[in-house]
Amino acid sequence: MAANAAHNLSNAASVITLRGVNKWFGQFHVLSDINLEVKEGERIVVCGPSGSGKSTLIRCINRLEEHQQGDIIVDGVTLSNDVKNIEAIRREVGMVFQSFNLFPHLTILDNLTLAPIWVKKMPKKDAEEVAMGLLTRVRIPEQALKYPGQLSGGQQQRVAIARALCMRPKIMLFDEPTSALDPEMVKEVLDVMIELAREGMTMLCVTHEMGFARAVADRVIFMDRGEIVEQNEPEEFFANPRNERTKLFLGQILHR
Amino acid sequence: MAVQAVGSAPRVKVAPWNDPVIRGWVFQIVVVGLVGLLAWYLVSNTMENLQRQKIASGFHFLEREAGFEIGDTMIAYSPASTYARAIFVGLLNTLKVAVLGVILSTILGTMIGVGRLSSNWLLARICEWYVEAFRNVPLLLWLFLFYKLISEAFPGPRQAISLLWNTVFLSNRGLYFPVPVADPIHAWMGLAFLVGIAGAWVLHRWARKRQDATGQPFPSILAGFGVALGLPILVWLLGGAPHHMSWPELKGFNFDGGTVIQPEFTALLVGLVLYTSAFVAEIVRSGILALHKGQSEAAAALGLSRSQSMRLVLLPQALRVIVPPMTSQYLNITKNSSLAIAIGYPDLVASINVTINQTGQAIENVLLIMAAYLSVSLSISAFMNWYNKRIALRER
Amino acid sequence: MTDMPVGERPQLAPPVDDSGVFGWIRKNLFSSWANGLTTVVLVVAVGWVLSWFLEWAVFTANFTAATGAECRGHGACWALIREKYRYIFFGSFPYEQHWRPLFAVIAMLAMLVLSADRRMWNWRLAVIWAVGSFVTFLLMFGQIHIPLSLVLFIALVVGAVGMSLRKGIGSPTEIMAYRVAAAVGLVGIVLRIAGVLPGWSLAIAPLSYVETGLWGGIPVTIILATYGLAFAFPYGILLALGRRSNLPLIKGLCVGFIELIRGVPLISLLIMASVMLPLFLPSGVTFDKFLRAQVAVILFAGAYIAEIVRGGLQSLPKGQFEAADAMGLNYVQKTTLIILPQALRVVIPPLINTFIGFFKDTSLVLIIGIFDFLNTANQALVDPNWAGFPGEVYLFAAFVYFIFCYSMSRYSKYLEYELNKGTRR
Repeated sequence: MAANAAHNLSNAASVITLRGVNKWFGQFHVLSDINLEVKEGERIVVCGPSGSGKSTLIRCINRLEEHQQGDIIVDGVTLSNDVKNIEAIRREVGMVFQSFNLFPHLTILDNLTLAPIWVKKMPKKDAEEVAMGLLTRVRIPEQALKYPGQLSGGQQQRVAIARALCMRPKIMLFDEPTSALDPEMVKEVLDVMIELAREGMTMLCVTHEMGFARAVADRVIFMDRGEIVEQNEPEEFFANPRNERTKLFLGQILHR
Repeated sequence: MAVQAVGSAPRVKVAPWNDPVIRGWVFQIVVVGLVGLLAWYLVSNTMENLQRQKIASGFHFLEREAGFEIGDTMIAYSPASTYARAIFVGLLNTLKVAVLGVILSTILGTMIGVGRLSSNWLLARICEWYVEAFRNVPLLLWLFLFYKLISEAFPGPRQAISLLWNTVFLSNRGLYFPVPVADPIHAWMGLAFLVGIAGAWVLHRWARKRQDATGQPFPSILAGFGVALGLPILVWLLGGAPHHMSWPELKGFNFDGGTVIQPEFTALLVGLVLYTSAFVAEIVRSGILALHKGQSEAAAALGLSRSQSMRLVLLPQALRVIVPPMTSQYLNITKNSSLAIAIGYPDLVASINVTINQTGQAIENVLLIMAAYLSVSLSISAFMNWYNKRIALRER
Repeated sequence: MTDMPVGERPQLAPPVDDSGVFGWIRKNLFSSWANGLTTVVLVVAVGWVLSWFLEWAVFTANFTAATGAECRGHGACWALIREKYRYIFFGSFPYEQHWRPLFAVIAMLAMLVLSADRRMWNWRLAVIWAVGSFVTFLLMFGQIHIPLSLVLFIALVVGAVGMSLRKGIGSPTEIMAYRVAAAVGLVGIVLRIAGVLPGWSLAIAPLSYVETGLWGGIPVTIILATYGLAFAFPYGILLALGRRSNLPLIKGLCVGFIELIRGVPLISLLIMASVMLPLFLPSGVTFDKFLRAQVAVILFAGAYIAEIVRGGLQSLPKGQFEAADAMGLNYVQKTTLIILPQALRVVIPPLINTFIGFFKDTSLVLIIGIFDFLNTANQALVDPNWAGFPGEVYLFAAFVYFIFCYSMSRYSKYLEYELNKGTRR
């Protein structure tokens, strides 16, 4: 695939650090001794079979899930039960969900301006300017006054991306953003994500779209049964998987 | 085959008894005819019976003297008042119970509904048992229980329990407590309260504009409360703070002065509120559960605080699911208040029942009952239809 | 990096204070300061109330006193219940014959349970109800007279429904049979009304006659609720269909009727029935008081059932109606074979909830002097010998109601689960 911006990461700071992170759902050990470091501007794709804990991993980063052991440090702030810490982290981390989760009772524009107005205390006009700018960037400015129920799935997900971007986050998390879309709408969302990556956003993306990984990822991480099994640059990862389980997984999803 | 000109398919000739339109009308006419026949039969019987039993017709009885006492009245009434006034007193009592019942059961029911979803296992289970206990037992039984407990558990007026340094008295005749003596300042205070409400609304609008312009939020709800409550108090102070009270005192067999909450009213209100709260709790709970989990996650991920996401994202969506069944519960409270007759609270049905017994004019009185309750239920239905249309989620 | 090869790390157990009993307590009762405080407050409050209640109801209670005076004391007087439970359950029914209402109750409960079973939703249902009702009323009344007009009416209904239902499907002899039945029924009823045909009836009298005035307690409550629902069900369906019809007069009548009944309290209907019904009938014809209450309950229930069924009808996709029409089915066939089975299946849970509601609402008939279960319980308090124990009697009555209603609601949840099995993957 086209050369992804082989940008220089060696001097970049760490924005996300996970050290010895363990999580249990009841007796089930869902995250097992996770160690991970994400540098600023890095684009990471996390893949793996269902139940491997990849969604749980990124949901722990913005505290939608709690981890029981280990440290998670985001942008210098350690994640704990302290509400102030959590809110500070969530202001810098944006998230895009598999089921979009747009607010159905608000217009698209209101969806986007809700958080800037109430969390960042922006004046309404400024928030709307930012919102319209982002809507234009995801190429649906004409839908601003419609309601989410009136949009297609691909449009809704692009709005969800714009909504997360309205808060000017440093890091974007994607939880299987295209898994709930009809095939013909996947491309329009992936295009937006690729553009975002090319502009230098730090991204952590759980997805099955390997084309996307090849296009923009700096690192591909394979998780299975709660462990990070293997991680590598995309070229190496797809060409020479080292672990047996990685080979098995790649064989299953790359047969097309 | 000749081609038919578009739009001019010939009308097929159909025998009249096979034509669906004609059959439809014949069917309707037959049904209406049967209903009309039944009605005519009933009406003619009725007229004959009324004449035979020498029962009067028409609504003139409303102007006659009522001749019976009513125990709990919101306006002045005596046995010399007309039937019309007696019925009106009953209607006011019904409305009093209904309005208070609606407000209290909404508050209690919401608390219990939210409590049932609490992360505290003990609280959730207690709320659940409350709901199951009250939903599975008839309301009338609760009313009897509470009424008997109140009237038999408390002592007579002469041995009344006194509270708050002999100012409040609790006996089986009711709860007596002091009230301010009527004073012209009260009218001004009422006016000030209305002005305060208008002021609170204006304040809210101004705060909104300010937030749109500068992004700074303003606690307009708290401020609004302050204005609405503070203005009347200010007026009272300016008026010299008159504080003459009417104190209840034991005179003979009962208390005089002050004002009283009677056991019948208490039993009815307590029973209605506790019973209906169980249903309201279920409605609130299912409204909150109907929310997609992702909504609260998305709101949290954007950095909204718990109370902000409740107020801006979750509650508006939950209300859509909650309001329709909630309004039918409000309707139920109004209709259930008619059980007052079983424990002696003088509501509308009770007044009309006495009127029927004394005048024998069952039909006119029953029509009055139905007219009263129908107007309440139709207005509530109209409100609900309007609300549903307004908030319906727009879809493709 | 770890020192153990990937894939061979053992599954660790979660930290001790986070799982098992301690973990559960910590998460559910003490997860935060507010939570912990709530738990403590609730434990204290519940403990205090529970200990007071147990003290009154169990530890200092009197189970064996012979008169009211003996029973007065600090504890509950359950001896009163022991003394009067037969009256509370069966009213003034002759004492030695209490087995009759008992079996009548069992018969009715059996009918209800079987009716909710989907496998019975065909001709079997009619048989169950016919047999069950016959047994119930034979036991309660002791003697039954089956009038000729009832037989003629049944002939008319069966004939008319059969004619339209089996049109095009049944053999010519079958359709002719229905025609004959309908004709006989119609002619017979007209002659009967005109007074030409005398009022014959078939008498079945194995037991002593007990009039409705002596009925009381649980059988009355169950009869009012069961037959209220049984008759309200078809008439509610008719109202719902009428409300959805395109014929404006029918629709108007049904809408008006439904809104009228739903807008007024049941008490006003009961008062209407007891006070106005005598006026509606020609002089000399009296209506049994019990029957008046039953009619009021049926009228009331039907309107509510109509709304529930209407909801079910609305939930059906339009394609069902269109497919039925496209197959050439007439209205009766379409409705009974395709539309109603689907619509009714959807609304069974709300229907059961409505039945629970009516079961509780039957308590209102005490206003017009019918001795349902709540009224007999009330009457037990009137005895001057045993005066002053309202808590015991009402708690006992509440307990019985609770048993009935709670079992019904659990059954409804079970049914909902079973019915959704077909739609869940």
